[in-house]
Amino acid sequence: MSDKIKLEIVSAEEELFSEEVEMVYAPAEMGEVGISPKHTPLITKLKPGDIRAQINKDQMKTFYVSGGILEIQPNEVTILSDTALREDDLDEERALEAERLAQEAMKNSANEVDATKAKSELLQAAAQLRLIKKLRSNSKK
Amino acid sequence: MSGSQEIRSQIASIQNTQKITKAMEMVAASKMKKAQDQMSKARPYAEKISNVISHLAHAHPEYTSEFFVAREVKKKGYIIISSDRGLCGGLNNNLFKLVVESIEEDKKVDIKPSFSLIGSKALSFFQRIGGDVMAQTAQLGDKPKIEQVLGLIKSTIDNFINGDIDEVYLVYNKFLNTVSQEPVIQKVLPIKSEEKNSDYDYYWDYLYEPDAETVLESLFTRYIESLVYRGLVENLACEQASRMVAMKAASDNATDLISELQLIYNKNRQAAITQEISEIISGAAAL
Repeated sequence: MSDKIKLEIVSAEEELFSEEVEMVYAPAEMGEVGISPKHTPLITKLKPGDIRAQINKDQMKTFYVSGGILEIQPNEVTILSDTALREDDLDEERALEAERLAQEAMKNSANEVDATKAKSELLQAAAQLRLIKKLRSNSKK
Repeated sequence: MSGSQEIRSQIASIQNTQKITKAMEMVAASKMKKAQDQMSKARPYAEKISNVISHLAHAHPEYTSEFFVAREVKKKGYIIISSDRGLCGGLNNNLFKLVVESIEEDKKVDIKPSFSLIGSKALSFFQRIGGDVMAQTAQLGDKPKIEQVLGLIKSTIDNFINGDIDEVYLVYNKFLNTVSQEPVIQKVLPIKSEEKNSDYDYYWDYLYEPDAETVLESLFTRYIESLVYRGLVENLACEQASRMVAMKAASDNATDLISELQLIYNKNRQAAITQEISEIISGAAAL
């Protein structure tokens, strides 16, 4: 049907909605957009807000998104919704935290990978596993 | 022959261990189911975002992103996803082996490695062997949220954009089925631009709001995030599957051991009884 447009709302952790609808309203960064079928291709960021989907004349469904990306193809609308609250500052903070943890953890370690040590350690672990397998096959006999 | 009492207490202790391994096996089985669920739930997003990216490759954006630019490689970044806990067979070790091999290969052509580590096991491994670690995060639990790895990803991407690292690889275990997992190294940055499809020869481009750079940058960041997240859940499913198999093997071993010890114990007991009877008989005969 040409007077409907496929709306898909997905988040990284699950699929939220996938249906043919008549019209979609979404909180784009530059202001709310209303999308009818055969809209021109557009891609934009979303602000936190409500997405309203007009399924038919008297049925409207609302979803809250905390941000994300909206992609429009002439017969398909894709909303990649964020699950986490995203602010540049917040992301920066998270990044710094991950780096700080790394520095703290690696304080007492060399900056170069000691490949020989790595190998010998892996070999040891592999040998232990082999030994266990061997013991097991022996005990079966 | 060791004393009957000793054997009996040994059997009891093995039985206790077996109870634990059996419980762990069952817990791992149910957690694996959940992890698999999470894996399939994450699939639509990954598919959609790759769709959008492939649409984008067919469009003719005027802005070319740094995410696509291939540079001469002097330093490689690895995002390594490991488990937080042990007792899961050779899962993590196989993964690290693959990484070490790749590092050795690169060393010959003078490429240096740099790491972003997810999971306690990866961290403790690199603490022991050393390495240039950019960022790390651990203790993500059984139901990881994408929030927990955002910082690590951002710091890795920033390093890529700054030019500190020239390529980024994702290392994780791929879930094939319950009994087999395969460690893989997957290139995530620069993003491989797809071959242009000839069906799309005519010129078209998206409208970008507010502008191409902002939108595309956040799109690509999310793309990388979705790749890492998928790796994370997949690795989690692998961990549980691997633990389940390891614990099953341990329980079976315990059963074998118990039956062996039981046999020795019974023999001992029989020997003791026989001896006692023969003593009584010979005593009676002497009377």
